Amino acid sequence: MNNYPHNLLSIEKSVAGRRGVRFAPASKRAGDYLPAGLLRGEEPRLPQLSELDTVRHFSNLSRLNVGLDTHFYPLGSCTMKYNPKAYEALAAHDGFAAAHPFAPEQSAQGTLELLYKLEELLKAATGFDAFTLQPAAGAHGEFTGALMAKAYHLSRKDKARTEIIVPDTAHGTNPATAAMCGFGVISIKSAPDGRVDIEELKKALGPKTALVMLTIPNTVGLFEKDIKAIAPLIHEAGALLYMDGANFNAVIGTVKPAEMGVDIMHINTHKTLSTPHGGGGPGAGAVGVVKNLEEFLPQGRVAFDGKKYSFAKPSKRSIGAVKSFYGNIGVLIRAYCYLRQHDGQTLKEISQNAVLNANYLKALLQKHFPVFFDYPCMHECVFTLDAAKMNGVKTLDIAKRLLDMGFHAPTIYFPLLVPEALMVEPTETESRETMDNFAAAMIKIYEEAQTSPDLLHKAPQNCPVKRIDEVSAAREPDLHW
Amino acid sequence: MFTPNTKENQQEMLKVIGAQTLEDLFKDIPQDLMNPQYNLPAALSEAALTREVKALAAKNKPMLNFAGAGIYEHFIPAAVNALSSRGEFLTAYTPYQAEASQGTLQVIYEYQSCMCALYGMDASNASHYDGATALAEACGAAARIKGKNKILLACAVNPQYVKVLKTYFGFGNNINFEFVNTKDGITDLADLEAKLTGDVAAFVLQTPNFLGCIEDGDAVSQIVKAKGALLIVSANPLSLGALKAPGAYGADFAVGEGQPLGNAMAFGGPGLGIFTCKKEHIRHIPGRICGIAKDADGKRAFVLTLQAREQHIRRERASSNICSNQALCALNAVIYLTLLGPAGLKEAAELNIENAHILQQKICAVPGYGLAAQAPFFNEFLIRCPVPAAKVIKALAKKGITAGYDYGKVCKECKDLLLVCATETKTAADIEAYISALGGI
Repeated sequence: MNNYPHNLLSIEKSVAGRRGVRFAPASKRAGDYLPAGLLRGEEPRLPQLSELDTVRHFSNLSRLNVGLDTHFYPLGSCTMKYNPKAYEALAAHDGFAAAHPFAPEQSAQGTLELLYKLEELLKAATGFDAFTLQPAAGAHGEFTGALMAKAYHLSRKDKARTEIIVPDTAHGTNPATAAMCGFGVISIKSAPDGRVDIEELKKALGPKTALVMLTIPNTVGLFEKDIKAIAPLIHEAGALLYMDGANFNAVIGTVKPAEMGVDIMHINTHKTLSTPHGGGGPGAGAVGVVKNLEEFLPQGRVAFDGKKYSFAKPSKRSIGAVKSFYGNIGVLIRAYCYLRQHDGQTLKEISQNAVLNANYLKALLQKHFPVFFDYPCMHECVFTLDAAKMNGVKTLDIAKRLLDMGFHAPTIYFPLLVPEALMVEPTETESRETMDNFAAAMIKIYEEAQTSPDLLHKAPQNCPVKRIDEVSAAREPDLHW
Repeated sequence: MFTPNTKENQQEMLKVIGAQTLEDLFKDIPQDLMNPQYNLPAALSEAALTREVKALAAKNKPMLNFAGAGIYEHFIPAAVNALSSRGEFLTAYTPYQAEASQGTLQVIYEYQSCMCALYGMDASNASHYDGATALAEACGAAARIKGKNKILLACAVNPQYVKVLKTYFGFGNNINFEFVNTKDGITDLADLEAKLTGDVAAFVLQTPNFLGCIEDGDAVSQIVKAKGALLIVSANPLSLGALKAPGAYGADFAVGEGQPLGNAMAFGGPGLGIFTCKKEHIRHIPGRICGIAKDADGKRAFVLTLQAREQHIRRERASSNICSNQALCALNAVIYLTLLGPAGLKEAAELNIENAHILQQKICAVPGYGLAAQAPFFNEFLIRCPVPAAKVIKALAKKGITAGYDYGKVCKECKDLLLVCATETKTAADIEAYISALGGI
């Protein structure tokens, strides 16, 4: 038995008649105001717990979780870096949190000013000419960008551009986004060095190409070193270049994406700009564009006339709205805080230390775990397994054993073209000691694979549950109580 | 700023790597792209940042709020944020490593359970971005299921949602929308029946609708089902403490904006996109779903499941490109519902109904003001003003009151219409302040 709390559901702890919060009841019942036919028959099956029961239930659930605040979390491509506590307190300030989105503009000048200035900071950090803050997540930013590309080509009466090109290393969101926007997807094979194969790209580019989506650095942690040749090829073909900013943390402060010839880019605030991941969200996916795409941005941009801030009237060619209101404001406040705590020099330190930590881990681990594309990496490094030396141990076993050793696992089995992939992204907020400890754990696991592989197949043993049979969940889905 | 490696650390690490300088690690980047000039203001210390951002917050004037129109002011018990701000929840990510993420996963399972209970549906996802995008996903799913590209929308669907639908499915993305008229504040059943032709995939109903009125779900459903179309319902979850659940009248998809459940208004975001459906549509759900599995000892455990629908596996053939959810907002919602329970939720819903009705009666007693949509309402209602609504809003703003939503923003002929909301947060004194300010115009 381990020392973790039991995982009883709240409904299993429920006792009829028990409750946490009470309101001073209304003087009349719903039926006194509304016709019976519109009212609920049965009450919903929600848990009935006291406030203490509730507090204990969720406090104990939190103890079944590993978070960045408690553990090293080298989840590749997710940039799990420290989320400063000051920003939590500031974003929760009533002046921001209690504001209704339809309150008169004069009562929301502080929020509007912050959004306006955030756009200025993002422009300064990336070189783009304009940003939308409306998208709710990275994938939502991709969707916004791809729709803008579509609107751009249609505005030029160029209806033939029905395809989006993505490399085979792309995140699944890129092809899924393209399909959602009604584009065909052309996937191109990477070159042997893990980067875009320029000849393949040339073959794929043509009058049907609307957009090329590149992740820079790419998902094997390498910079597109030929970007200065790639961008003009795309533009000469009449297409636009989209940069998936999922890995922007590697180059913030070192490179301005707009200067590479990128036309559209999203920034995952929960990655590069240190807003918390929240167990899966909310994030935000600000999208930057060059001048000739500005008129296609969604609604909700803030204007300043020198005296007061107000929402700008969207241009006639705006793609409209990708969600309600103006964006995930609570998240954007934290992103603003982060950028205000950095200047050119400290931005550069982000990318330098992120890249240093990744290369240091690469150097420490390479003897035991081969690097699939063995070049100096950027912010993350993709390891693979030498099957002949692993005694039947798989990447999954290693990931589970890491959990036992007090680390969150790296991203595994992605990118798809790397067999048994282990994608490690340490981030700049981790120290050398953490790298050393993690490397020691990985090497110990390597040794265990030689001596006691069964230990790895049976991992984890020290987590709240043992290894889960994930297939059992899909067989007869049990999705609610 | 948040980088712990000292200069000495860096030198030692570079030595292990076999590099001389940090710049050596960036050799793949063309030199002329490296180290551009940044025109950024000086970096702030935490103390200076705190001063600056608090000063910005202070520029927002707190208002006595009577606006709803998609985002609602509700009391948030202190335990909600106290629990959801725990670092173990806040700083985790999508539970890819299930054994180390049982907290987040069980929360998602409990959230899905609460949504199914509240909406009367068979399945829920782990949440979507917001109410509008959840509705867009439901429309996409309905069109795919039926293999038809026409969807009817009730006229009283939130116009922001309609705008999002048009963005999602405009630009040649092959769903055509047509509106069904409203009569006396709710869907005109005759118009619905007439427009439900064989090429219609689904009808979208919102309740309470954008006029504040509660739709007759039973009557609508009967007509929609008779014509073989799917029914998509967007409903305010807090209203379902008292009002009939969409599942009870046969909704195929039920979605909604979950912000009223324990989430701050936050100037409109983040929201919480609730997405539920009937069992037969499970494989069309976008995004994450948590289910029950067993661990190696046969013990109950929670995992992300049915992932074959998702972008990281199906890529361009996925049901959606979404790869996150609004986990923290969903956590707030499930803590809120656990604290309230069915009795507390009903109490909250009844207080909304009562306060809105008291305010409505008092407004209508002011000369010149009257109810513009006669159907029963929940916590907001449409008022016809003797002057343009914009004028009322301006006058009340001077007294620190947000009077409501100016309906003229979405309908040129409706400049005298004001959508007013009173939730359980409004006291008798608040209501008197509103009436007295109105009398002064």
